[in-house]
Amino acid sequence: MKRKGRYGKYGGQYVSETLMDALIELETAYEKIKRDPGFVRDLAALQQEYAGRETPLTFCPNASRELGCRIYLKREDLVHGGSHKLNNTLGQALLAKHMGKKRLIAETGAGQHGVATAIIGAALGMPVEVYMGEVDTKRQALNVFRMELMGAKVIPVKSGTKTLKDAINEALRDWVAHVRDTYYLIGSVVGPHPYPLMVRDFQSVIGKEARRQVMKKEARLPDTIVACVGGGSNAMGIFYPFVKDDVELIGVEAGGEGIETGKHSATLCAGEAGVLHGTLSYLLQDDDGQVLPTHSISAGLDYPGVGPEHAMLKDSGRVTYTAVNDPDVLDAFRFLSQKEGIIPALESAHAVAWVMKNTDRFDRDDIVIINLSGRGDKDVAEVAALQGGRS
Amino acid sequence: MRRIDTVFSRAERPVFIGFTVAGDPDKETCIRAAMALIEGGTDILELGVPFSDPVADGPTIQKADERSLAAGTNVDTIFEIVREIRKRSDVPIVFLAYYNMIYHRGIDRFYQEAHDAGVDGILVADMPVEESDEVYKAALRHYIDPIFLITQTTSDERIRKIADKSRGYLYLVAVLGVTGVRDTVSTGALDLLKRVRRFTDVPLALGFGISTPAHVKTCADAGADGVIVGSAIVEIVEKNLGDPQQMAHSLRSYVARMKTGH
Repeated sequence: MKRKGRYGKYGGQYVSETLMDALIELETAYEKIKRDPGFVRDLAALQQEYAGRETPLTFCPNASRELGCRIYLKREDLVHGGSHKLNNTLGQALLAKHMGKKRLIAETGAGQHGVATAIIGAALGMPVEVYMGEVDTKRQALNVFRMELMGAKVIPVKSGTKTLKDAINEALRDWVAHVRDTYYLIGSVVGPHPYPLMVRDFQSVIGKEARRQVMKKEARLPDTIVACVGGGSNAMGIFYPFVKDDVELIGVEAGGEGIETGKHSATLCAGEAGVLHGTLSYLLQDDDGQVLPTHSISAGLDYPGVGPEHAMLKDSGRVTYTAVNDPDVLDAFRFLSQKEGIIPALESAHAVAWVMKNTDRFDRDDIVIINLSGRGDKDVAEVAALQGGRS
Repeated sequence: MRRIDTVFSRAERPVFIGFTVAGDPDKETCIRAAMALIEGGTDILELGVPFSDPVADGPTIQKADERSLAAGTNVDTIFEIVREIRKRSDVPIVFLAYYNMIYHRGIDRFYQEAHDAGVDGILVADMPVEESDEVYKAALRHYIDPIFLITQTTSDERIRKIADKSRGYLYLVAVLGVTGVRDTVSTGALDLLKRVRRFTDVPLALGFGISTPAHVKTCADAGADGVIVGSAIVEIVEKNLGDPQQMAHSLRSYVARMKTGH
């Protein structure tokens, strides 16, 4: 039997039988709609008029001087809602509407995907329910408030580790029970086929714009592109249009308290092949195949799996995956705020931190694009608490 | 004849398939509970392989998985449990597992070890027929019946494909949703039974939400070859965690009641 949605050996559709026909329906609908001129036009209009695309590719003179290379930020923090997540929810929610689905459900870690789903649910008049680990509802209380303000129902998940992984478990359970009228809007390049493909397609707008913009500003491609990787949607979005070019691609995972401590979320750096949430990819697991608890200072990266296409890109060596630890992330959070007046999301600060720790690799004329996947307002309270209220 | 086929070749219907989570709440108590289920009249014993992320299961079985894992259950322990039961009984034993537990150990190795321990069938909860080539081949190689789920959303075309690869019995999911006790057997379940029957002679067992003798009668009247009871059994285990003797007694009498219809 032909195996669909494969990235090398990774990917696939490892789901409960109840969901199989829903996935087939989804794949058929997506393959049809992505070529439909009406859909393409509607999505482009929403991206431009509602989400605020295209986002700038901002040159950072101060950071460039400090770090000794030409630093550009791809400003996904300026997308409506404060992160790249809306790129995906716009596309999928339009698809859900075309499919006649009555209700959107989503999982969220840091809350950014939940917010992006709540936004489009309000705009399109579709009810939204968001599953969020109880731990995350506490550390991202602001985003819970924003989701509820926009009419979404936030359901705290108390099972397992009470973080993103468990939120996805609960969303899958909900979907199985309400599969006929409910659309599960997955927020990253994870899950069963066709999600990794769809989410990459919708996020690729980041890389397409960045390519056009850097050619205009520098008349050449960048030397290096750096993005943080949790599930990996912002990274896939910016990497994908450059995969065939001679451009170094760096994915930065959450090293947490250090990979050697076991308290991290660096799936590609420290995991091995396994199946979770419908896909075969890298997975943080114990000797018996039980999924391990993860840790990261950023709720959005706190996930033991990763998108299957990243797994393939790691094995092929096309993308280099590495990790930075929480203290370096906090340094980067402050650095970008102080030098450029741009507060990065803690997730995105991982990418900044990697550049700060690897300045010896770059010459003054090297062009480095950092995908600034989100803004850091949501993290301010958490960071303030960590450092005893001092900025 | 294989153990599962032998059970279904007998005349009595419906066959009673009882489920408990391997290692819940610990190895010794689980063996005792499993033997009580068998003494009460369980025809086929299903053992859940506990997993950290059981997405097809409701809260009752999730908690059982957590109890088992907290007690230190690993795959080796589960095979030991099977061997212990096998020493005392010839009742067919079927694993319900999530794929990562099998994939991580090595597909061929898992099926080989399962067969050696005395397992008769394996159902992989997150393994649709489209992805099942390797698992299917390993199952046949090691004389394990590959058991698949069919649900109300499964299309006729896919029912054909699934039935074609199934041995032992087909597990028909009576509800849209996860495992757990429910008040009634849905009419959708009974329609499903009729629909699947058109495509296959493989025995059909209904599961998810079945907990009372009345449910069993409804399923039997609709022509089910078997009924599968999971969460109701796990609830009895959960209610008697501190008293293994009472647990065994309650399980025995529960199964007996389900079998006799009152």
